[in-house]
Amino acid sequence: MTDNTKVIEIIKAMAGIIHENAQFLTDLDAPIGDNDHGINMDRGFRKVLEDLPGLEGKDIGAILKKVGMDLVSTVGGSSGPLYGTAFMKAGAVAAGKNEIDANDFIAIMDAALGGVQLRGKAEKGEKTMVDAMIPAIEAMKKGVEEGKAPGEFLKDGVAAAKEGVEYTKTIIATKGRASYVGERSIGHQDPGATSFTFVLEAIAAAY
Amino acid sequence: MKKIINDVGQVEEQMVEGLVKAYPDYVKRIDGTTVVTRSQKKTGKVALISGGGSGHEPAHAGYVGKGMLDAAVAGAVFTSPTPDQVFEGIKEIATDQGVLMVVKNYTGDVMNFEMAADMARDEGIKVDEVVVNDDVAVDGSLYTVGRRGIAGTVFVHKIAGAKAEEGASLEEVKAVAEKVIANVRSMSMAITPCTVPAAGKPGFEIAEDEMEIGIGIHGEPGTHKEKMQKADQIVDQLLTKILADIDYSGSEVAVMINGCGATPLMELLIVNNHVSDVLKDKGIKVYRTFVGEYMTSLEMEGFSISLLKLDDEMKKLLDATADTPAFKVL
Repeated sequence: MTDNTKVIEIIKAMAGIIHENAQFLTDLDAPIGDNDHGINMDRGFRKVLEDLPGLEGKDIGAILKKVGMDLVSTVGGSSGPLYGTAFMKAGAVAAGKNEIDANDFIAIMDAALGGVQLRGKAEKGEKTMVDAMIPAIEAMKKGVEEGKAPGEFLKDGVAAAKEGVEYTKTIIATKGRASYVGERSIGHQDPGATSFTFVLEAIAAAY
Repeated sequence: MKKIINDVGQVEEQMVEGLVKAYPDYVKRIDGTTVVTRSQKKTGKVALISGGGSGHEPAHAGYVGKGMLDAAVAGAVFTSPTPDQVFEGIKEIATDQGVLMVVKNYTGDVMNFEMAADMARDEGIKVDEVVVNDDVAVDGSLYTVGRRGIAGTVFVHKIAGAKAEEGASLEEVKAVAEKVIANVRSMSMAITPCTVPAAGKPGFEIAEDEMEIGIGIHGEPGTHKEKMQKADQIVDQLLTKILADIDYSGSEVAVMINGCGATPLMELLIVNNHVSDVLKDKGIKVYRTFVGEYMTSLEMEGFSISLLKLDDEMKKLLDATADTPAFKVL
């Protein structure tokens, strides 16, 4: 499905889509959070971009792990540990690999989700990034089982993640800072679910 | 946005630098970090570290010094510091007696400090933590991640810091910190929002005749908006909620009237005037009062009230010497 050179390109694309949407993500965070999600994610991915040239020729696990460490050390807030842990756990699954297939990709995404849930202790339905991640991974798993090409199952994943983002508009936040505004969180989409969807879109755009 | 800054990307950096240059006898900075430590390292006693986003000055670096913190870690404005920064702080202040982290209850802060603690434990440093959750505005029972930590945190710094200075063990320092947390309650309100420099615009809007009740310290919305009222009525509303949360009857309390960054001291004193009267009416004795800016939210105009129910141990530790840039009991 992909080799280490392509992984680096995809990560560049992630940084790009986060940068383009930084203001949008920050604006989403204002009414229910603290008005900084895009700013923080963009700062993290800028550091990732700086470090990418040094990762050429490294295996996919090492690349993902370094991205995770960069995010942990620059993003801050809750997004830093969550995205950072996701990439580090994903890196552990891909350790030593210079090429991954569709099944490896699903294992990587599962590990990322596991990392997010380990760190954030969030379940589905609490208005967090998990509400986009779980349906997206389920949809991609199904696509892989049906023998779909990466371009196809990734498209399914993005569609499911977007539905997950829409779903977050309908529910009360019970995790993270948005939980403090209680019922006032209804009607607003979760910024973390939204940024995850952008990250997945960056992967899908490569196929 | 109109702010007295140079570059939104340099706000935290230049703030820390300015603090260290103002108080070189008290604090120094770990090179390459936003961690501030005491200029003279404490040895043989439990060390305390706290921190959070920037924008709460004088919290937290202003409380680094004798009788309070050993290190404070500043993140980006209103954003938790990252684990690597906290870890640098822990390593710098660690003694054989261990390190206590004083963390405010926000998802990001708790995650970042706990990741740092894991890193420190891997290096054989003894680390424990307490999580402060004094804000009664947000319901801690059902739908939230628990009450937030706000200005009451400064009482934890003061009392746990004094306990550590006495040479108590990590378990004892943690126990007294937990006791403060169990006995301190706070609530805030604001009449203006604040603007995170990098965001460039306010976190919420508020009409000229409105106020936000239950506001957090990050410019995040409170529990509700309502029409502006007179100071005494606002105090009554906040105090009612605080006094309903734990039983203060017949007790002695420490009072903190905390300005959110742009509230004139005159107004804070007007607030305290009524707080003091209400407590007297209810038979609650004020042992000590602190009025000023302790845990701000940039240029937000508003205040919080914190009440700490005291016992003899906490009274003694509250009265113990503290000599830091922003908090002195001499």
